[in-house]
Amino acid sequence: MSNYPISENDLHAYVDAVLPAVKEADVAAYLAAHPDTAERVLAYQAQKLALAALFNPALDEALPQNLHALALPPPEVRAESGFMARRSLQRIAAGVLLVLVGGAAGWLAQGQYQAAASIARLSPLARQAAVAHAVFSPDLRRPVEVGAEHEDQLVAWLSKRMGRSIRPPRLGPLGFEMIGGRLLPGNSEPVAQFMYQDAAGQRLTLYVSTENTANQETAFRFAQEGKVNVFYWIDGEFGYALSASIAKDQLARVATAVYDQIEHK
Amino acid sequence: MDSSAILVEIPRLRRYARALLGNRAAADDLVQDTLERAWARFGQWRAGSDLRAWLFSIMHNLRVDQLRRRGAATQAIDDDDGLLSTRPTQSDALEVRDIESALGQLPDEQREVLLLVSLEEMSYADVALTLAIPVGTVMSRLSRGRERLRMIMAGQPPAARLRVVR
Repeated sequence: MSNYPISENDLHAYVDAVLPAVKEADVAAYLAAHPDTAERVLAYQAQKLALAALFNPALDEALPQNLHALALPPPEVRAESGFMARRSLQRIAAGVLLVLVGGAAGWLAQGQYQAAASIARLSPLARQAAVAHAVFSPDLRRPVEVGAEHEDQLVAWLSKRMGRSIRPPRLGPLGFEMIGGRLLPGNSEPVAQFMYQDAAGQRLTLYVSTENTANQETAFRFAQEGKVNVFYWIDGEFGYALSASIAKDQLARVATAVYDQIEHK
Repeated sequence: MDSSAILVEIPRLRRYARALLGNRAAADDLVQDTLERAWARFGQWRAGSDLRAWLFSIMHNLRVDQLRRRGAATQAIDDDDGLLSTRPTQSDALEVRDIESALGQLPDEQREVLLLVSLEEMSYADVALTLAIPVGTVMSRLSRGRERLRMIMAGQPPAARLRVVR
């Protein structure tokens, strides 16, 4: 760990995953030692995910006719084409230059690139799964996008969006019934989240991702993010993470059942 | 500017406007105004430069004009985390944990930065360019916005001052 202090800006760059790998590891170490700050950072990560889940569906909506038409220049612009307001162009150029000079000075000059997963203290898979669990499992009104009563539709929809066949395991014998699932934004590809609930209302989520799984096979790993316990592993082209606020040994039994069903499907 | 490049950006403009305004019809109106102004000024766009940032900056300027016309306060509030120019919401105590209503309680300036970073995943430098503000201001608005949102979601009144991590 380096001796440089961790700044507020570093925490935000960590949330936005734009820190250089070494610095990201420093922040992760700092967070491990400072639970209050770690909780704050987790809340920021949860905000980001909740905003994406709330507003990303707007991207898939059909465009209203008036907006679609504006992808083409309106007739009056076509008639005047070639016209150019030089003076305001120069003003904009001057403004852009000023901002560029200001922006280049700071720590941002280090640029942005994705940190190597191996260096981050907590694996991105476990972290993202824990955040997704923290965001959606307490939601009483709409914990899932598609309910278990439409399981066929859910499976078809998630498989289509993930580009691979994906099927939720059955955890009834362990006391957890599926209540449904949702699609979430990953870093580059969508990820699926299945949610289960036991008779006491305790919720458990299974996060299934196809990101960063190439040529990696891992055994079970355990992580803790705030109050959320996570078992995660990579199997073939899928990364799985099972999250719940239940005891580690109970979660391990469920994780084993999930693993067995996927292996013997 | 070519049409297919514009067509790709329209859904992103819609998503951002909807999150910013919290109202679907008003958001699409803003997108329409943005596209019309973009075409009216297409001579200002240099081929090869970032079309997305240019469109978002046009939308930002339109929004500033709108607020100004309406007589709402639009001065910078970076030194004063007041309640200037928040958009109206029907939020009540029951809804306070709802991220959408919490978002509506942020000052415009903080909401813009938060959404460009969170939804658009713009780099901090691009946000600074789009909004024509220094990167330092982007960071302070991001920091205040995130913390304020967190306090609202936690059901606590926003803290007057943010603790700084040393």
